[in-house]
Amino acid sequence: MTDQTTHTPAGATTTRKTRETSGILGLKGRDITLMVIVLILTMAAPILLNPFPADSSLAQFNAGYPDLMQRFVIFGIFAIGFNILFGLTGYLSFGHAAFLGVGSYATVWMFKLLNYNILPGLVLSVIVAALFSVLIGYISLRRSGIYFSILTLAFAQMSFALAYSVLTPITNGETGLQVYTSDPQYLQSAGAPDMPHLFGVTMRATETIEIGAWSFTFNFGYYVCAIIMLAAFYMAIRIFRSPFGMMLRAVKSNQQRLNYTGVNPRPYTLAAFVISGMYAGLAGGLMASMDPLAGAERMQWTASGEVVLMTILGGAGTLIGPVLGAGLIKYFENIFSKINDGVLHQWFAFMPDGIEDLLVTIVHPFVGKGWHLTLGLMFMLVVIFLPGGLVEGGQRIATVFRRDRKATNVEDAAAKKRNAK
Amino acid sequence: MEAIFLQILNGLDKGSAYALIALGLTLIFGTLGVVNFAHGALFMIGAFCAVTLQRIFNASFTTIDESRTDFLGNPMQVQTPYVEAWFGPEIGASIIDWSVPLAILLAIPVMLLVGFIMERGLIKHFYKRPHADQILVTFGLAIVLQEVIKYFYGANPIPTPAPDVFRGSMDFGVLLGFDPNVVIYPIWRLVYFIFSLSIIAAVFGFLQFTTFGMVVRAGMADRETVGILGIDIDKRFTIMFGIAAAVAGLAGVMYTPINPPNYHMGMDFLVLSFVVVVVGGMGSLPGAVLAGFLLGILESFASTTWAIGLVPGINQIIIYLVAIVVLLTRPRGLMGRKGVMEE
Amino acid sequence: MGILEVKGVNKRFGGLQALGDVNLSVKENTCHAIIGPNGAGKSTLLNCLVGKLIPDSGSVMFDGNSVLGRKPHEINQMGISRVFQTPEIFGDLTVFENVMIPCFAKRDGAFRMHAYERTDNETDIVDKAERMLDEVNMLEKRDIVASSLSRGDKRRLEMAMCLSQKPKLLLLDEPTAGMARADTNNTIDLLKTIKAKGDVTLCIIEHDMHVVFSLADRITVLAQGTPLVEDIPENIKGHPKVREAYLGEAEV
Repeated sequence: MTDQTTHTPAGATTTRKTRETSGILGLKGRDITLMVIVLILTMAAPILLNPFPADSSLAQFNAGYPDLMQRFVIFGIFAIGFNILFGLTGYLSFGHAAFLGVGSYATVWMFKLLNYNILPGLVLSVIVAALFSVLIGYISLRRSGIYFSILTLAFAQMSFALAYSVLTPITNGETGLQVYTSDPQYLQSAGAPDMPHLFGVTMRATETIEIGAWSFTFNFGYYVCAIIMLAAFYMAIRIFRSPFGMMLRAVKSNQQRLNYTGVNPRPYTLAAFVISGMYAGLAGGLMASMDPLAGAERMQWTASGEVVLMTILGGAGTLIGPVLGAGLIKYFENIFSKINDGVLHQWFAFMPDGIEDLLVTIVHPFVGKGWHLTLGLMFMLVVIFLPGGLVEGGQRIATVFRRDRKATNVEDAAAKKRNAK
Repeated sequence: MEAIFLQILNGLDKGSAYALIALGLTLIFGTLGVVNFAHGALFMIGAFCAVTLQRIFNASFTTIDESRTDFLGNPMQVQTPYVEAWFGPEIGASIIDWSVPLAILLAIPVMLLVGFIMERGLIKHFYKRPHADQILVTFGLAIVLQEVIKYFYGANPIPTPAPDVFRGSMDFGVLLGFDPNVVIYPIWRLVYFIFSLSIIAAVFGFLQFTTFGMVVRAGMADRETVGILGIDIDKRFTIMFGIAAAVAGLAGVMYTPINPPNYHMGMDFLVLSFVVVVVGGMGSLPGAVLAGFLLGILESFASTTWAIGLVPGINQIIIYLVAIVVLLTRPRGLMGRKGVMEE
Repeated sequence: MGILEVKGVNKRFGGLQALGDVNLSVKENTCHAIIGPNGAGKSTLLNCLVGKLIPDSGSVMFDGNSVLGRKPHEINQMGISRVFQTPEIFGDLTVFENVMIPCFAKRDGAFRMHAYERTDNETDIVDKAERMLDEVNMLEKRDIVASSLSRGDKRRLEMAMCLSQKPKLLLLDEPTAGMARADTNNTIDLLKTIKAKGDVTLCIIEHDMHVVFSLADRITVLAQGTPLVEDIPENIKGHPKVREAYLGEAEV
């Protein structure tokens, strides 16, 4: 033993003190703040997303209607899960939509066989997605880098092709899987609603409250999704702060060192893959719960690309990023695809006629059916200029401000010194 | 025997397209070290060069022919393409008829230009970035290019027929001593196959026998050393990217009579071409060509009623299955080199 | 019987015989240095010990068990740690996390699904990592992202990571390569302290003779893939064969 190890290191005492402060539900410090912010945002979303009076011309920018809000949180779940794989381990999967599709099919099958209660469907969607992702992950994770991306892409495209053709008895092919009156629905009791519900309360149950010119819609389906998303978000925080999460980041950082440190990276990456697959399955199950329909197009690789974009746009590897990204993309998708030439003319009406027409012509390709063009451009701009996503962008701005403040502080101090002389 | 031969022939046209796209992908990957997800879009742009030229040739002016009437009894309005007015009806008509092969002349400069702009404007800045970023930015670019084409040309496939002489089929089997009417093969597909072979030969010849090609091959093998030798690798890489774009574009031009082009044809081919590259071996040019033809032919065999009867849906997934098996048993692909894409 | 017994190891790369019939025996709790001119096969030998390469023939026994055919992480779990020529650390993680990972690996093995615990609640690991960082005088840098460390600090961090596992055998691949004289001396001091504890075997590949002769108990000279001589440092210095193979090339 050397002298150095016998005395307590100076820094250790301070850290031990901070360690003693206990948290809520295993969360501490900033994580609690984050969780509370997300909690408030999701719970108050029907109000927050409807800032404009219902009959004003700005009402088209409102996003507080059930269908869209459900999509916000469902894709939020999808992106949170994807981030556990991509953000932490760096493995870029281009086939996660397959798990989304599988989850949807599983839930609709539960509707067809049992009854419209969404609970068995959601449970099954997670289980099926988990099994499916174990299979795909086990094979794909034998390779890394671009090979991994292509393997996952190949699997997803294969599932897509099969769902369209051979598996029609299970997937109902191009028509999409839906519930027919001839389906057995063995557990359907006489009084139960004939649409998706949770113990009798249907997903469509909606309460509209009018306050002055404002109108707010509170939808049961949305709150079911929102609570599930909060749980999913909470789980993600726990994973991020766990030794398991640290190992996943170590996989991304230096797999060679990890190997020579006695850690086997493969089970870690497989676990991350399966967890993110389960998140995707859950999201798919929720989609089918809101609208009891499942189609193969949900598995297509463009859908996989979308979740990649959401994660990157928000900030891969950050906690809040994927949720932000999902919300933003779905909001823009909704707004942009709603805008048509009529709306554009209305917007630019204050301009002289010639310029008005010109502006409409310029903007026209990017809106309405051209939404995908905007999406592609956004994709490129984010990757080029903001590879860390919005969260990193925000942090950069914050540091600039902080640096300014620090700089002024230093100047102040220098000035004081000078004055003292 | 005839049936096997026919399936091989049937696989050649798709195989040619796969081989040409995979060749371009490998060139870009091998020289620039960039994974180009927009390469399918280049194939598609090539195809739309053919569409554009056909439209240009068909541009017409209207005259009123008093001597004839339409079914309502009004004077007949006659559309005359400008080319027919300028060069006379006979030559004009044949120019229109030959618009697809003539589009090659349009596609070469267009594709080179597109390639140069893409490399200088975008790809160049991604050499040092991680592969994930390269995939993502080119993926975004692919969406943009696809949507732009959709905006101008609509979402429906546009028929672009081959020249009259190449339409129809020929009894290919008779030439090889089979019974008549057994091995019938569309002539244009044969043209496409021969065309692809000559492009592949041209690319390989270019790399093998020119100084430029030699430097590029050296760069593919060991980029740093070539850089140290003081050779301006950057400029050569730009040109290489242009050539790869042109190869993809030409493959697209000539493919139009086989399948009417639509805006998402590039993406459809891209996913499969990537699989082809991986099967052939990342960074191996002969591997890309070999795997392209091999998978095209395999796909054709899997599409026979016999194969589908044996394993339903096999025609849809055969390529992916092969890719998975190859990647798991021969991680470097059929002809892959050591050290490519292995951190 | 040494803790590490290498017998008759051969390794060819194509036409090149990288290792030819290498025999090596490293005694427990000693410092054994392997020296030799460039291309002598030192790194190849090291790679064969840690599972990166598999020899064509021969045997490698560690602590009575064969390491051949085992994966790198399994070999590490047997008690062999490795310091690389260029420091291999987790660049995106903080210094403290870098040290925690080997501590977890030591405690939990190659894989454990501890996804719900909090990292900073694992007091035993945290304490151990703090002690380890203090030992290499890096405690004040614990929250710095590892990639922004200086090269010398990276090396010390890597050393701390390996030591925190309490390996039975520590392999060092040119631990002072590219270091300034002061840093080199620090490293020598650090290694001497480690050695003085007497609970770890060191196996060191080095070009710097100053380092070798300050630390090694025994030296093996490797030339063209074959061990030339093995002896105590005093005898190596003046050995004619060594001069011929090693120092001789400097005189030319």
